[in-house]
Amino acid sequence: MTRDALARSRDFDRRGAAWYMDRAVTLFVFVGGISAILFIVGIFAFIAREGFGFVFTEFDAGEFFGSIAWRPTSMIERTYGALALIVGTASITGLAMVVSIPFSLAAAVFIGEFARGRTRETLKVLVELLAAIPSVVWGFIGLSIMNPLIIDTFGVPIGLNVLNAGVILGLMAAPIMTTIAEDALKAVPDGYREAAEALGATRWQVIRKVVIPAARNGLVAAVLLGVGRGFGETMVVLMASGHAINLPDSVFDSVRALTATIAAELGETAVGSEHYQALFTLGILLFAVTFAINLTADVIVRGIRRKGR
Amino acid sequence: MVAGIAPNGAEASADAPPKVVVQNLTIRYGSHVALHGLDLSVRRNEILGIIGPAGSGKTSFLRALNRMDEFIPEMEVEGRITFDGRDIRRVRNVYALRSRIGVVFPLPVGLPLTVYENVALAPRLRGVRKGSELDEIVERCLRRAALWEEVKDRLDSLGSLLSGGQQQRLTIARALSQEPDLLLLDEFSIAVDPVTTMRIEDVLKELKHEMSIVLVTNLVQQARRLADRTAFFLTGEHVETSDTARIFSGIVKDPRTHDYIEGRFG
Repeated sequence: MTRDALARSRDFDRRGAAWYMDRAVTLFVFVGGISAILFIVGIFAFIAREGFGFVFTEFDAGEFFGSIAWRPTSMIERTYGALALIVGTASITGLAMVVSIPFSLAAAVFIGEFARGRTRETLKVLVELLAAIPSVVWGFIGLSIMNPLIIDTFGVPIGLNVLNAGVILGLMAAPIMTTIAEDALKAVPDGYREAAEALGATRWQVIRKVVIPAARNGLVAAVLLGVGRGFGETMVVLMASGHAINLPDSVFDSVRALTATIAAELGETAVGSEHYQALFTLGILLFAVTFAINLTADVIVRGIRRKGR
Repeated sequence: MVAGIAPNGAEASADAPPKVVVQNLTIRYGSHVALHGLDLSVRRNEILGIIGPAGSGKTSFLRALNRMDEFIPEMEVEGRITFDGRDIRRVRNVYALRSRIGVVFPLPVGLPLTVYENVALAPRLRGVRKGSELDEIVERCLRRAALWEEVKDRLDSLGSLLSGGQQQRLTIARALSQEPDLLLLDEFSIAVDPVTTMRIEDVLKELKHEMSIVLVTNLVQQARRLADRTAFFLTGEHVETSDTARIFSGIVKDPRTHDYIEGRFG
């Protein structure tokens, strides 16, 4: 008996395979987790290194944010006014959100709250399939279908404009927003719905008074992710916006986006040149705005949480 | 008003027409029969206790009473249930029907709202807008659920932050805020400490002067303490219903009832 206990207590110092496996997995997941930080810092360091040469020499904030003259290859006077590009990106993203937010929230409520059984499963699969369509295909639809459609319908000379890019981008962002919003609705316990319906609430009252407030954090996240998606999207805005430097007066004007400018021009510049560095400065701007959007999302979500307490 | 409604304070009476009449109720989940051919009525101003082991169809019965079966796709209900003489399958506004039936679930479901809003929700749904009127309803319901003293200083905190027993009393206050004629309680004391259970039981004894109560319970002694009549369900069969006093003094129609209340059941 005593001997047995003694023998067993010796096991307390023996590290078997399970112990080492545990250590290995701990290390692995730690590296995986920490790598997100490394990547974000690395990317910022990279675009900062490439762009800061410009920021600290040629950069003129008044010109960059106040002028629409983006003439990086001019022989006479090179200017780097990004206002038109910023407005271009903002107008397309803005219109895209106007299109996609109501659509995707309605779709999410239908799939999550009303559709049952096979309808629901089919819709979910289709929406996820829609989210997987490559952006270049959406751009193609913008070029070859939306373009003539807009010209014919509205009698405007060119169909590659804010309307085209905004609608296409909105359709593209909607499935992702729908999927995330639907996940948020699904995470609301069924008990809430039953309890509210037992009170005599109609289905819409249940959704409005109980389900949506309970899912608010997830819904805000869905919308902001959609905004971020639209903001950073390149191919669609390059193909469908007309890619013309212009401050738009209406949705029928062509514009040019920040991302499209980088994509179209970077290949034509000499590495390290002023133009090259100016494009990286646009990259810094994009990075900063995306960062701000995500930070806002975080603050909003936390704010809601704290208020709820 | 419809003739025959018992005035407040009336005791359970066999003379007035019953609140709820259930005829030949059968409930199926796919091929599984949860409740078979139930005939039962709920009288005005009585507490009807329903006892029986797990899987005897008690909860399914409650669900059918306010058409909550509609949330469960595979649940099929046959037979006839009348509420104040109206066939509940044939009412044109199921929400109006449900708003007259309060439900308390086994585990307290505090809606993700403040204490105040949990109780104010049902009045708001039926169109009460005035703040003073809502305040009055909230206070009255919380008082009747024996919760007011404990929460009056934190009406604006989330209902889910209350203790389990407080949350269950909150759901009772919420059910009362509907001003129901019929209150359904499904094993309400499952997550509640004995002291709170006793307090809620006292509340229920008061409430039966104003409404009919159906109390599904796992605790045979709870039925004995509270119920005017007790029904015994066993694996989907309605074994018998009788005056609680008779059943617990051993006067039973079926020996299985006696075995169950004596705890001599397999």
